[in-house]
Amino acid sequence: MVQWILAWRYFFKRPISILAVAAVALCVFIVIVVMTVMSGLVEDFREKNHTFTGDCVIESDSLVGFGYYEDFLARLSNEPIVEAASPVARGMGIAVIPRVNDHYNIGVEIYGIDPDLHSRATNFAETLYYTEDISKAFIPVYNTSLPGCIPAVDVIPIGRRLPEGGYFHWNSPIVLEFIISAFPLNSKGVLARGGMDPINTKSFYYSDDSHSGLVKVDGAAVYLPLQQAQILCGMDTPFKRITSIHIKFKQGISVRKGVETIRALWTAYCAEYADKPGAELFGHVRVQSWQVNRRSIIAPMETEQVMMTMAFLMLGVITVFIIFVVLYMIISHKSKDIGILKSMGVSVQGILAVFLMFSVFVGLAGSIIGGAIGCLFLAKINGLEDWLYEHYQWQLWDRTIYAIGDIPNKIEPQVVTIIVISALVACLIGAAVPSFQAARKKPVESLQVNQL
Amino acid sequence: MNTLLKATDIHKSYKMGKVKLDVLKGVDFQIHKGEFVAIVGASGCGKSTLLHIFGALDLPDRGYVEFENQRLNSFRWSKLDRFRNKTVGFVFQFYHLLDELSVLENVMVPAMASVGVPGWFRLKPRAKKKAMSLLERFGLQDRLRHKPYELSGGERQRVAIARALINEPPLLLADEPTGNLDSRTGNGILEALKELNAEGQTIVMVTHDERIAAQVTRIIRLADGKAKEVMLNQ
Repeated sequence: MVQWILAWRYFFKRPISILAVAAVALCVFIVIVVMTVMSGLVEDFREKNHTFTGDCVIESDSLVGFGYYEDFLARLSNEPIVEAASPVARGMGIAVIPRVNDHYNIGVEIYGIDPDLHSRATNFAETLYYTEDISKAFIPVYNTSLPGCIPAVDVIPIGRRLPEGGYFHWNSPIVLEFIISAFPLNSKGVLARGGMDPINTKSFYYSDDSHSGLVKVDGAAVYLPLQQAQILCGMDTPFKRITSIHIKFKQGISVRKGVETIRALWTAYCAEYADKPGAELFGHVRVQSWQVNRRSIIAPMETEQVMMTMAFLMLGVITVFIIFVVLYMIISHKSKDIGILKSMGVSVQGILAVFLMFSVFVGLAGSIIGGAIGCLFLAKINGLEDWLYEHYQWQLWDRTIYAIGDIPNKIEPQVVTIIVISALVACLIGAAVPSFQAARKKPVESLQVNQL
Repeated sequence: MNTLLKATDIHKSYKMGKVKLDVLKGVDFQIHKGEFVAIVGASGCGKSTLLHIFGALDLPDRGYVEFENQRLNSFRWSKLDRFRNKTVGFVFQFYHLLDELSVLENVMVPAMASVGVPGWFRLKPRAKKKAMSLLERFGLQDRLRHKPYELSGGERQRVAIARALINEPPLLLADEPTGNLDSRTGNGILEALKELNAEGQTIVMVTHDERIAAQVTRIIRLADGKAKEVMLNQ
């Protein structure tokens, strides 16, 4: 019992305890804030990639693509695990926007889609600004007879990204012509019109824009109706080609199991169509989960998160060292008390308990204070950033450069729990050595009564 | 008379830099139940060292101490802890009270140390009553909530004596209990110890003051690392 009382009194009566608590609180605060923001950014990025691709992607690693997809789509529609499947024809091209004095041009990735199917398989509809009826996504409201296109939000060269985040939009889509040129490839992978004008060119008109939140996509994608994209990219051959099929599974279907099922279906399908012309193109096709498909894009961010976690492990080491120093100082000041307690029969374990309990009190108080301040700070972080921008034009991320909306501040209880437990463990580790030293002291040495 | 504590051929030496200093060179003597023994000697002759060896705070290099025919050096750690908690009570020259605890809590520390948390809740009412009665006996009933640094030297030493007696140990070891006090206060402490002895408490006291030593029942003088009985008052 005396251990509890003494640990508690040391904790409250020693000014140095405040320093130890402050050190732990600061570490917990920093780790909670940075890990929450970092995890939020990574999770947000993963989610955006997921919703961009769907759960499963059947994709050719060649721009030539593959054929006979209609039959496979029909089979997928009968598959009980599949919610929706969207064919996509992807190609490279140049978009030219005629202006009064000059022409603005930009390299683009052409995505030919069926907007209705694509919105069911991915979150495409949610990325659009004006469109309410997705089946009319490619119909410009200012002239419904014109062929429409949906450029990604950063393809439009009119500097609409607002400094405080988000984009400026007029009340309705402006009249904007996109002259899109592509390089059609035949099924052998060479320019379809070699020797002559090798380029297909067609004008489209801005009907809406898409904001996926993925920088690479938002800076280059132009969505066209599937058939138009196939014509531009030379995929309208006798057996029409596409480059990928995006699949969304029904709720409750695990991505891993769903991908396995689709892979088996695809393998069987390829075997069935092996004798057809152009069947060799199936050799370039992969059936992948969204994670595998987007790995090259997600991996650097996940690596960054791991590096951050490692950096914060270093912070944990510093916490251990601070607790070690504080405990060492306290124990050197409390040497006499250790002798007194031992002279009254308090055991080695009892002495150990005094200082370990003290470190637990420090860890708990520091974690609670740091955690509470961290949660409060996160709750107010966006308001705080807005205030700083309003008064001092300072932003954590320049929204004219980075495609970040709000700073992620969703607190994960399991992350907070892990951080608090880690802080307690760090305190116990920091206290272990000085506590053992204290417990092992001989009573006469502690009492400094070895004067003869 | 019943022998309570017996020291046989106690040797103890210290290293002072490169020099080995032999302090105790074969001390033999016995303490009987109910005695009030004073250990006297010149400064540095090993009086306190001997007292610490009696109380199992230190170990002899050679020789042994027996308490009621049990050798202390054969005790395991836990038994030594119990011995220090239940069998001996220490009173130090510099009081050695815990500054973080009140007077009442300081007195109750040995009782707290003798049990775990659940045991303490059972023991607490009895221990508190005992502590309050001891503090009342030593005139400290108005100082229960005070901290040690709020007391005078004499009051602190009386708190230390109350603490040493809370577990009713058969042996009280006092290391220069009056050494840090003025003569009037020191006399008060000595009177208190004499009263305790009159009630049957066995006391071994280290002192360098021969006038104080003259008031006890037996004096052991340490000189040249050996113990000599110099006087018997009874």
